Amino acid sequence: MFKTFDPIKNKTLRVIDNEGKIIAAKWMPELTDEQILKAYKDMLFARQADLMTVNYQRQGRIYTYPPNYGQEAVSGAVAQVMRDDDWLVPAFRELGAYLAKGATLQEMFMYFMGYEDGSIFKNAKNFAPISVPIASQLVHAAGIGYEIKYKKKDQVVYTFVGDGGTSEGEFHEALNFAAVWDAPVVFIIQNNQYGISTPVSVQTKSQNLAVKAIAYGMKGIKVDGNDFFAMTKAVQEASEHAKSGKGPVLIEAVTYRKGAHTTSDDPTKYRTKEEEQEWDKTDPLNRFKKYLVEKKLWSDKEEKKILPEYKKEIDRHFVAAENYGEYPLDDVFKFLYTDKPDNLKSQQVEHERYLKWKEGK
Amino acid sequence: MVNAINQALEIKLEQDKNVIVYGEDVGVEGGVFRVTEGLQKKFGKERVFDSPLAEAGIAGSAVGMAMAGLKPIIEMQFSGFSYPAFNQIISHVSRMQNRSRGNFKMPFVMRMPYGGGINALEHHSESMEAIWGHIPGIKVVIPSTPHDAKGLMISAIESDDPVIFMEPKRIYRAIKQEVNEDHFTVPIGKAKVVSTGKDITVVAYGAMIREVQKAAALAKKEGIDVEIIDLRSIYPIDRETIASSVMKTGRILTVHEAPASFGVASEISQIAIEEAFLHLEAPPKRLTGFDTIVPLPKGEHHYAITGDKIFYEIMRTVKY
Ligand SMILES: Cc1ncc(C[n+]2csc(CCOP(=O)(O)OP(=O)(O)O)c2C)c(N)n1
Repeated sequence: MFKTFDPIKNKTLRVIDNEGKIIAAKWMPELTDEQILKAYKDMLFARQADLMTVNYQRQGRIYTYPPNYGQEAVSGAVAQVMRDDDWLVPAFRELGAYLAKGATLQEMFMYFMGYEDGSIFKNAKNFAPISVPIASQLVHAAGIGYEIKYKKKDQVVYTFVGDGGTSEGEFHEALNFAAVWDAPVVFIIQNNQYGISTPVSVQTKSQNLAVKAIAYGMKGIKVDGNDFFAMTKAVQEASEHAKSGKGPVLIEAVTYRKGAHTTSDDPTKYRTKEEEQEWDKTDPLNRFKKYLVEKKLWSDKEEKKILPEYKKEIDRHFVAAENYGEYPLDDVFKFLYTDKPDNLKSQQVEHERYLKWKEGK
Repeated sequence: MVNAINQALEIKLEQDKNVIVYGEDVGVEGGVFRVTEGLQKKFGKERVFDSPLAEAGIAGSAVGMAMAGLKPIIEMQFSGFSYPAFNQIISHVSRMQNRSRGNFKMPFVMRMPYGGGINALEHHSESMEAIWGHIPGIKVVIPSTPHDAKGLMISAIESDDPVIFMEPKRIYRAIKQEVNEDHFTVPIGKAKVVSTGKDITVVAYGAMIREVQKAAALAKKEGIDVEIIDLRSIYPIDRETIASSVMKTGRILTVHEAPASFGVASEISQIAIEEAFLHLEAPPKRLTGFDTIVPLPKGEHHYAITGDKIFYEIMRTVKY
């Protein structure tokens, strides 16, 4: 597969077309109907959660949020392949993958409401916190990959970055380190065409983003990131490749950020309605659904029935996050060090003295 | 303040063909805070443009531009994302004039929003001005009003020295002030006495000036007369203005959002000791952020420096 889709040839791995018809059966990943249906439902759930979060934000119930709308198949595919022991080193636009790793929606909501406690991820193993400084997390993935190799573990690291992030030095250093070490890391670029307002054409002169792998001596592949099956196939193969000691893989998932960069962004400033409509035809859920309906695995009726359940579930998580309660002063100081310096203790005591004065006023 | 900085950039782009403005999303979008809005339309893509997303590349290419005779004004989208550029600043921007024995000038301006109070995600609320102030060879400017922002920005662009221009984003649009439309400058390195008083000197800058003014009003009710100094430049620091004020009041309190340790306040206190030791009636005090990460929005109120807390600290210092 990596030979056929050598990024130099600028070909894109695609399994189903926009109508959900199989166009390259050869690359259909091996999945049971049950797995396929679950993947769709998980993506549907993630989309619903995402849309509702944007609404909560408009109601002033949550702060800035970066929507995943339109990119669900990328996380959906990783969710399909990632095992409990594998590592997930995220950027901040991979909701479906977080949920698959065992993070809860409540935690995700808490994080974007402004609680550090939203990064505890009680039930998620080997899940790094969200990383806001673009591309900085990728080098961590290389380091984790080193540990896996050193300890001869059967694990893979999945790590994410956006198209904009491929311009940062750390992106290149991460690929180079992982390749030099033959570390089992799968790098996934979500090429959603924009970094805030900046189109990918301003980021690079490369013919595609996957081609950057070649210079580092590692495998790369460009995939239709809105095609769940193509993405799953690519992640499966990449993970096999990485696990077998052959080194890291770079996957470019070509997708589109249908929503705003974050809830404080206005995309009408930098892109056209026509462009958005053109990409709408490739929507990952619509395509997937057409495939399922054709195979009689799913129907509009079932979807209509399940959505209200999803909404209820999502809202339950949201309300739980809203009711999480006070943020104690102690938590500002508590976790910064394992061995807390006296200096910090006295700053806290000073502040408490002020609070007492304020109360007494 | 957004408009005032925009005006300063526009005036210099108009006057000097060597002025170039770039950074992440500064062109088409006009910056995430709209500080560069309209400039690309007016001056074209060669002079105002979006760069790839890479702070080291932005700062490093600006070094080259400055060496070759251009006057780059670069933007870091948030100060919290400036650190990939740190190597360029500390290894080249700050050293090039010295290294080349003055052969190469460094007319370099790096703008960036900083500071808390906007309910933001991680890395979007911090105040790390002391890091930059600590580096020999650069100047660090922080305005607190639209007028000063414009005048200081024009001075920064016209200077052959590198200037890091930190913009208190919390008051980007909070202060309404008529600003002279024409070219004018505010000198870098000169503090401003915002209001005179005889009982205590309070030194601050950026978004903290407003909070200090609230505190001064509260103190006034208690019969305490506060002299407020707006530092405006973190480096160089205006020793004279600080010294003559504290000689008069005998008490000094410095306020900043940044963490306490190795911060600007320690510097001010030291100046007070060196210049006015025998006039001091209380130890120089500081009211600063904790030596912690700025908490996410649900906890940020613990960290925030409010007028009320400044008032408390003023009273403690006065009653010492
Ligand atoms: C080092 C760094 N610089 C700048 C920013 C501000 N910023 C946040 S998201 C973003 C664009 C990211 O674009 P891309 O990598 O394509 O990812 P996307 O947001 O499209 O998922 C920028 C510039 C940041 N978070 N970190």
